[in-house]
Amino acid sequence: MIKIKGLHKSYRIGKNSLHVLKGINFNVEEGEMVAIMGSSGSGKSTLLNIIGMLDVADEGEYTLDNIEIKDLDETKAAKYRNRFLGFIFQSFNLINYKTALENVELPLYYQKVPRKERQEKATQYLAKVGLTDWIKHLPSELSGGQKQRVAIARAMAAEPKVLLADEPTGALDSTTSNEVMQLIQEINDEGKTILVVTHENDIANMCKRIVQLKDGVIIEDKIVEQVRALAHV
Amino acid sequence: MFNKDSWQEIFETISKNKLRTFLSGFTVALGIFIFVILFGFGNGLKNSFQEFFMDDATNVIRVFPGRTSKPYQGFESGRAIEFRNDDLAAIKDNFRFQVQYITPRITRNTTVKYKNNSNNYGLRAVAPAHAAAEKTIMMKGRFINQLDVINKTKYAVIGRLVEIDLFESEDALEKFVNIGNRSYKVVGVFQDDGGDNEERFVYIPYTTNQLVEKNTDKLDQLIIGFNPAIGYEGSLLFEEKLLRFLKEKHHVKPSDPKAINSRNIADQMNKNQQFGTALQWIVTFVGLGTLIAGVIGISNIMVFVVKERTKELGVRKAIGATPRAVTLMILQESIFITTAAGYIGLFTGIFILKTLGTSLAEDYFIKNPYISIGTAIFATITLIFFGAIAGYVPARKAARIKPIEALRSK
Repeated sequence: MIKIKGLHKSYRIGKNSLHVLKGINFNVEEGEMVAIMGSSGSGKSTLLNIIGMLDVADEGEYTLDNIEIKDLDETKAAKYRNRFLGFIFQSFNLINYKTALENVELPLYYQKVPRKERQEKATQYLAKVGLTDWIKHLPSELSGGQKQRVAIARAMAAEPKVLLADEPTGALDSTTSNEVMQLIQEINDEGKTILVVTHENDIANMCKRIVQLKDGVIIEDKIVEQVRALAHV
Repeated sequence: MFNKDSWQEIFETISKNKLRTFLSGFTVALGIFIFVILFGFGNGLKNSFQEFFMDDATNVIRVFPGRTSKPYQGFESGRAIEFRNDDLAAIKDNFRFQVQYITPRITRNTTVKYKNNSNNYGLRAVAPAHAAAEKTIMMKGRFINQLDVINKTKYAVIGRLVEIDLFESEDALEKFVNIGNRSYKVVGVFQDDGGDNEERFVYIPYTTNQLVEKNTDKLDQLIIGFNPAIGYEGSLLFEEKLLRFLKEKHHVKPSDPKAINSRNIADQMNKNQQFGTALQWIVTFVGLGTLIAGVIGISNIMVFVVKERTKELGVRKAIGATPRAVTLMILQESIFITTAAGYIGLFTGIFILKTLGTSLAEDYFIKNPYISIGTAIFATITLIFFGAIAGYVPARKAARIKPIEALRSK
């Protein structure tokens, strides 16, 4: 599903160049649930952003679902993101003046899905994350866990190939974190490929594979026994 | 760009960000509103101005007799010049082409009585042509005519306010009024755009007045309507020739500045029109200034709006909005808001101008302020256009930011 070869990325900070990713080689198969771990500054978020086409690599190859991702202009990147990727952010990034339903509808709007179909689909996905009673509520009227579930529904609504989660539980307490991880696991159970960036071991252990990053290189890549989030409750 | 879906998205955004919509709309509405009001007031000033100077015919030269200041042809200085009836005929004969009409005006102050009411009014003994020179408008009956002049009839034409003063609710027509202890029949009532004072005059045939005043043939001033075809320059030339002719006829030294005076309304008009043009320029300048201020206002708000929405735009881009979609969305929003608000400002302004009407005429000399629809629509479209440009620049910039940067912004 994801093939990455020799990926490099540097940032310019003033006169100095900060080499963040120093040659990443890394493949993800369909249906995997991979945790990308590392301390802050290890390059894990940068890697996720490049996979998510929110950022571009300086060097290296990146293939997503057999499509080579290169020479991205913003328009192309937007279309790929819309078709292939679903994002879950630490800070939810819901549009605050839109209701839960409208937020979930938004990726479908950019896919030019007709309004009625959009609403049906969005309602369906909100039901899937257990928010049927909250579809008309604004983000400000929802709890953190509910907001993240709206964000998950939004990421799922576009029916992406890969779900990318950047510290999805970073802003949540442990009970809510478990609920959210349970949801993500269920989505993975249905066969969706999922990448989770986290620095928490608990969260990483709920995935099926852990990739350890340090100073821009992968230092460890292992398959783990998945811990079901339900078990913690 | 104009599909129903994107409009629906925009209406949702607009209606859910009321404060933002209100602020940007308010700037535009206010800009247009002030423009319409200022421009309208400018036009109102011009209206008053025109009224001051243009209630009389403009192709008119007035000639006043005075006293000589230089001895000439055996006459001492200090002699009073008097125009007589034969001057009228002589002027007509000598200036056939230039003179359109001529009328004397003998002015007296007199008491006019009807039943128990009496009051002092200006009495003007004139010829029929006087109506043309003063642009007298007949409300009912008729003005003095040539037969009245020939027959020296005791007919009077009274002003609208004279009728109100003396006759109260009665109809003055065909009634007899007492003017200077003689009875005159009212044959007409007139009005005049020159204001109240102009409507407190009483007109009688000049020959009748001469008969009353011991059958003289003296005339006070002469009012000559010249043929408009001779133009402004021609009228100055005519005025000069006319004075020379009258001075010669009355044995006045040609260089005597005081014996016979004249006033050419066309000359005054010309100066007044220059003043009017200056006024027009000031109005235009103020209007343009307001528009520019409005445009700057919208630009500021658009920059602010886009900045405020950077994160939202990042989210939209992350979930699949193309830069084009983002730019179009902001542009459509700003055009929609400026158009709607622009028309609100436009119609509020026009409505207020219409409501004001003549209410500011007395104290502020702003009468019937108005703005031509063409000017108003031009101003609105200008604001919409610059509002769109003002929105487009930051929108395009926002659309180009990498979503990762937009998402990081607070």
